[in-house]
Amino acid sequence: MRRLAVLLLLLWLPAWPAGAVEPDEVLADPALEDRAREISKELRCVVCQNQSIDDSNAEIARDMRLLVRERLVEGDTDDQVVDFMVARYGEYVRFSPTIRFETLPLWFGPPALVLVVVLAIVMVYRAQQNRSAHEGVRPLSAAERARLDALVEKLGGGEKPRSQGDPP
Amino acid sequence: MIAEFGQFALTLALVVSLVQAVVPMIGAYRNDGPLMATGYPAALSQLLLTGLAFGALTYGFIASDFSVATVAANSHSLKPMLYKVSGVWGNHEGSMLMWVVILALFGWAVAQFGTNLPPTLRARVISVQGMIGVAFLAFIVFTSNPFMRLDPAPFDGNGLNPLLQDPGLAFHPPLLYVGYVGFSMAFSFAVAALLEGRVDAAWGRWVRPWTLAAWTFLTGGIALGSWWAYYELGWGGWWFWDPVENASFMPWLAGTALLHSAIVVEKRDTLKAWTILLAILTFSLSLLGTFIVRSGVLTSVHAFATDPTRGVFILAILAVAVGGSLALFALRAPALQSGGLFRLISREGGLVFNNILLALACGTVFLGTLYPLFLEALSDGRDKVSVGPPYFNATFVPIMIPLVIVMAAGPLMAWKRGNLPNVMRRLVWAGLAAVAVMVWAFLLHPDGPWLAPVAMGIAAWLAVGTLTEWADRIKLFRAPLSDSWRRLKGLPRAASGMTLAHLGVAVAIAGMTGASAWQVERIQVARPGDVVPVGSYQFAFDEVTEGAGPNYNYRRAHVTLLRGDRVITELYPETRFFPVAGQSTTEAAIHTTGVADLYAVVGEADGNGGWTVRFYENPMVPWIWYGALIMSAGGFLSLSDRRHRVGAPQRAARKPVATSAEIVPAE
Repeated sequence: MRRLAVLLLLLWLPAWPAGAVEPDEVLADPALEDRAREISKELRCVVCQNQSIDDSNAEIARDMRLLVRERLVEGDTDDQVVDFMVARYGEYVRFSPTIRFETLPLWFGPPALVLVVVLAIVMVYRAQQNRSAHEGVRPLSAAERARLDALVEKLGGGEKPRSQGDPP
Repeated sequence: MIAEFGQFALTLALVVSLVQAVVPMIGAYRNDGPLMATGYPAALSQLLLTGLAFGALTYGFIASDFSVATVAANSHSLKPMLYKVSGVWGNHEGSMLMWVVILALFGWAVAQFGTNLPPTLRARVISVQGMIGVAFLAFIVFTSNPFMRLDPAPFDGNGLNPLLQDPGLAFHPPLLYVGYVGFSMAFSFAVAALLEGRVDAAWGRWVRPWTLAAWTFLTGGIALGSWWAYYELGWGGWWFWDPVENASFMPWLAGTALLHSAIVVEKRDTLKAWTILLAILTFSLSLLGTFIVRSGVLTSVHAFATDPTRGVFILAILAVAVGGSLALFALRAPALQSGGLFRLISREGGLVFNNILLALACGTVFLGTLYPLFLEALSDGRDKVSVGPPYFNATFVPIMIPLVIVMAAGPLMAWKRGNLPNVMRRLVWAGLAAVAVMVWAFLLHPDGPWLAPVAMGIAAWLAVGTLTEWADRIKLFRAPLSDSWRRLKGLPRAASGMTLAHLGVAVAIAGMTGASAWQVERIQVARPGDVVPVGSYQFAFDEVTEGAGPNYNYRRAHVTLLRGDRVITELYPETRFFPVAGQSTTEAAIHTTGVADLYAVVGEADGNGGWTVRFYENPMVPWIWYGALIMSAGGFLSLSDRRHRVGAPQRAARKPVATSAEIVPAE
């Protein structure tokens, strides 16, 4: 089995052919069955490579699916079912980890990243504006002013050319 | 004998790559023409030598030479020829060999076609390619020798995993690798430019075609892998947020960002430091993907710790490449002056927005993929968390929505200073289309998730917005048709390529949305003669027959697909049993209508004359692959633009150098 896992890993692709849910597992009540499917998609098959119990045809995944359905038939809410499964199989079965100290980076990393990037952009933008305000429109020296006036004179007036702030 | 020949060629390639890494670089520093000129023969011989080694291994597979360990472990004499050949890269050693062949191919391409580059830059790029070559050739020669002999040789081989014996998967790794390794060019150009101390618009122009080529292949490779999963794994899933998939998706996201920021460097001579950083990060993510997949760290952190030779080697490559290039970046980037100024509402502003969101999306995937490993290692294996589709759907989708909304507006903006009210006016049709599609999708599927009609609307917004920009460019309906035709012919191919690629994204989004939200599924036991209704179709289960293929036995169901009284087609789903591997695969039968797939799978017998069957109606699924095809087509069209052509005339590259930023190399 390990050999198969390694082989598949080598190829950048997920494992196992499946078609997991068997006809004999399906609940008679379609609404309940839909809920079972949704919950199954959130729970990890504990022996598989990154597969939900809804996708996996491993034996234990089947047991877990049956357990989920059993709890639903007993009248548990979705959250109660998930809590039950977590109590039984550990936090590892939850495909979407709960928010606690150790998982803070997972949930708040992306927004924090946005904040950092936006701040960086604002700073770069400010710096850019400052640069254009200070360096860009460096006043002309007296000699340059005289040359410019002479040119304007020679061309017969008109608008003064705008300084573009090119580096010298 | 042939295997030893391959072994010799491989070792020689390692030596040549050392020369390629060192000599042109020294030449570039001394501005010594002859030394720099060694880059070309070195790159050419590296290509020939690695090519010879690859050929030798391929010969081993074709001739079923089981005295070669790699062949014995991964091939079998009964395997069809296609899979004997694809078996060459269907294993660790062979795939790494393919990696270096592609690397050598890119190195040779820049030596051969990069004649319009300044000689020192070209020499440095070739040298950096050589350094990457040294690292990976050493990795192969010292830890993953594909030519190891077995004595005595086994009578027959172990065979290739049956799941992988599939035409789609035969071509998936090469495409993916061209993409992955293609980003090494962006990396080499970035490092060379930092060493050179010069990043200007011309640099942006040179680096774009390589990035675009890599991106195009990576897009195709990822799509092919996803398609394979869809038809082979047997329940119509097409993306699993599996770490192995994420490993290829992260470079794609970063590469997409790079593609766009390089445009800003070329056209506006700004965002230079960021683009360089992106080039480094994109290739680093390719390396990271290699590490994740090759080191075994995914199977378990523990397995990695017990047999870490390969993992540690790749980790060392990663540390040197990423650490070294980032240190160089930190040293040189502050001196990179940006050129053109721009307002927030402008083409540049839109591209910056694109970059932020893509980087963010990439960061999210990165966290979701690596944080669990990190946490597990940190807590010594006690704290194991799973990060799967629910996490990624909750974090990734909200990032994509604003990205796609702005994607329609960006190309309509002017450079430097955009006119938002004007752009909004031009997007009126897109807005109307979005609302219409949203309402229509909701009326068709009132019970589905609410996000689905919204996402369909956004796809329509993007498609119509993209077409608006294209129509405006050729003045469609505003000028006589002949005039529009003339404009169309004059339109740069890169512009049409962009239109196509963006359209492809819209199509793919529509496909992904429909596939995720509106799938109809029936799982039940069927007996011959049963008719199973699925959506507006009926699957009539007729019979099951058995037989034998070239290296497997099969059980084949005969299913008639009906819509009302009309027979649409016959479907033949199979399960195949491969005796060599002792494994079964499901071969789904798929009928596509263009806007939906009807998908049939046959499972086990129940012992009472019934069979487990799974029938699906997968609405919009084909659009995912159409979208990916259109995106790749856009990439190729853009690549064919003469301005992108690698050997483009000097004239094209000369103009923008005036505003280059130069820094004095710190020596």
